[in-house]
Amino acid sequence: MAAPEIEHLIRLLTRLPGLGPRSARRLALHLMRHRAQLLDPLAAALTEAGRVLTECGTCGNIDTRNPCVVCTDPERDAGLICIVEDVADLWAMERSGAYRGCYHVLGGTLSALDGKGPEELKIPILVSRARESAREVVLATSATVAGQTTAHYITELLAKAQVTVTQIAHGVPVGGELDYLDDGTLMAAMKARHKV
Amino acid sequence: MGSEFRRLNFNFFPNDVKDQMEWTGDAIVLAARKHGERSAVVQLLTRTYGRHAGLMRGATGKRNRGVAEPGNLVAASWKARLSDHLGMLALEPMHQTAAGLMAAPRRLAGLASACAIAEMALPEREPHSALYDATLALFSVMEDHPGEEAIWPAAYVRWELGLLTELGFGLDLDTCAATGVRDDLIYVSPRSARAVSAAAGEPFKDRLLPLPGFLIERGPADAQAVTDGLVLTRYFLQRHVFDAVNKMVPAARDRLTNLLVDDK
Repeated sequence: MAAPEIEHLIRLLTRLPGLGPRSARRLALHLMRHRAQLLDPLAAALTEAGRVLTECGTCGNIDTRNPCVVCTDPERDAGLICIVEDVADLWAMERSGAYRGCYHVLGGTLSALDGKGPEELKIPILVSRARESAREVVLATSATVAGQTTAHYITELLAKAQVTVTQIAHGVPVGGELDYLDDGTLMAAMKARHKV
Repeated sequence: MGSEFRRLNFNFFPNDVKDQMEWTGDAIVLAARKHGERSAVVQLLTRTYGRHAGLMRGATGKRNRGVAEPGNLVAASWKARLSDHLGMLALEPMHQTAAGLMAAPRRLAGLASACAIAEMALPEREPHSALYDATLALFSVMEDHPGEEAIWPAAYVRWELGLLTELGFGLDLDTCAATGVRDDLIYVSPRSARAVSAAAGEPFKDRLLPLPGFLIERGPADAQAVTDGLVLTRYFLQRHVFDAVNKMVPAARDRLTNLLVDDK
């Protein structure tokens, strides 16, 4: 019905997370109606981002420079490395403002079915990086079997490299009521209890 | 004629599990693979329906987070328009095995290995009730005996032997393949999968696999015996189960071996 260029735009928008064909059509229509304020600047921003985006060779973060802004920030503690599964997890840690060290982005978890082994997760790079400069490595992988299996694997390797390894706590979330928590979370919280 | 015979057979077994379009029952989660943004294709091990897959909507959402984790015991309800469709799954957690083992590297590796092997080795929708019960028992041993060097590694080796038996590749460890004697069995023939006595195996000992005594109730399940057991079952899993489908034993299984060998 629409011109091929517009159909192409809609098809591409459909491939974005959270968007089905109907939402993609609405978005495309909105962009076309606000061409000067939205469509042109968005197109320019996408082109520019596509041109400059790169993966940090040190930590695996996605940024516009290599090494990334986190790795080159002199105010960060370079002796502290936090291991996360994904760039989204790195952003979540940064949002919290609770951490001022560096990162290592694995890009997933160990999974034979997905073809992800230690090499794909850049674990050998992490180990040599930890040996050279780390005082402490913080494991912040997800609380799933795959996430914890990966964490244990890294712990074994780093123990041989004589690096202190810590792990973020698992348990009751802030604002969480015990009555509404699942058994697994309560079990983890009880196991991680500490003296007050 | 042939098709008529098949049809007759089909009608003769109206309650064949493969022809059901709806079922409810307890199940062990073996794996969950993300599908789309919030859904997942979940592989279950059930007592009546064997390994069974289904699409679980909202599997990664807040409400269901942590339910479709390998090893968890769930109340499953599966429904499909046709029996051979993937179908939709609804899961209610009954016991979250994985959560209790997450802080224990070796036991978590054992759980991950058992789930990965069951997922890759078992044919779909073929009942293996004995293996289902054995898997529940294995996870129970893992949870109830928290000591890392406790009895669960021996139980794990026995579970793999049981899996081989369920798949029709059981090992004959009762008598010596060469002499028929029942004593002094210390090897297993990689060719016949039968036990071999010390005397009969002596000339070929470099080519035979060690038979750990605990598998025939004639020795302790110490670290060396468990390692021997893992080598034994891995050999036959690879040869009989995974070679046939051009696959390697799952990486999770080798990680478990490495962890237990490191402890020796």
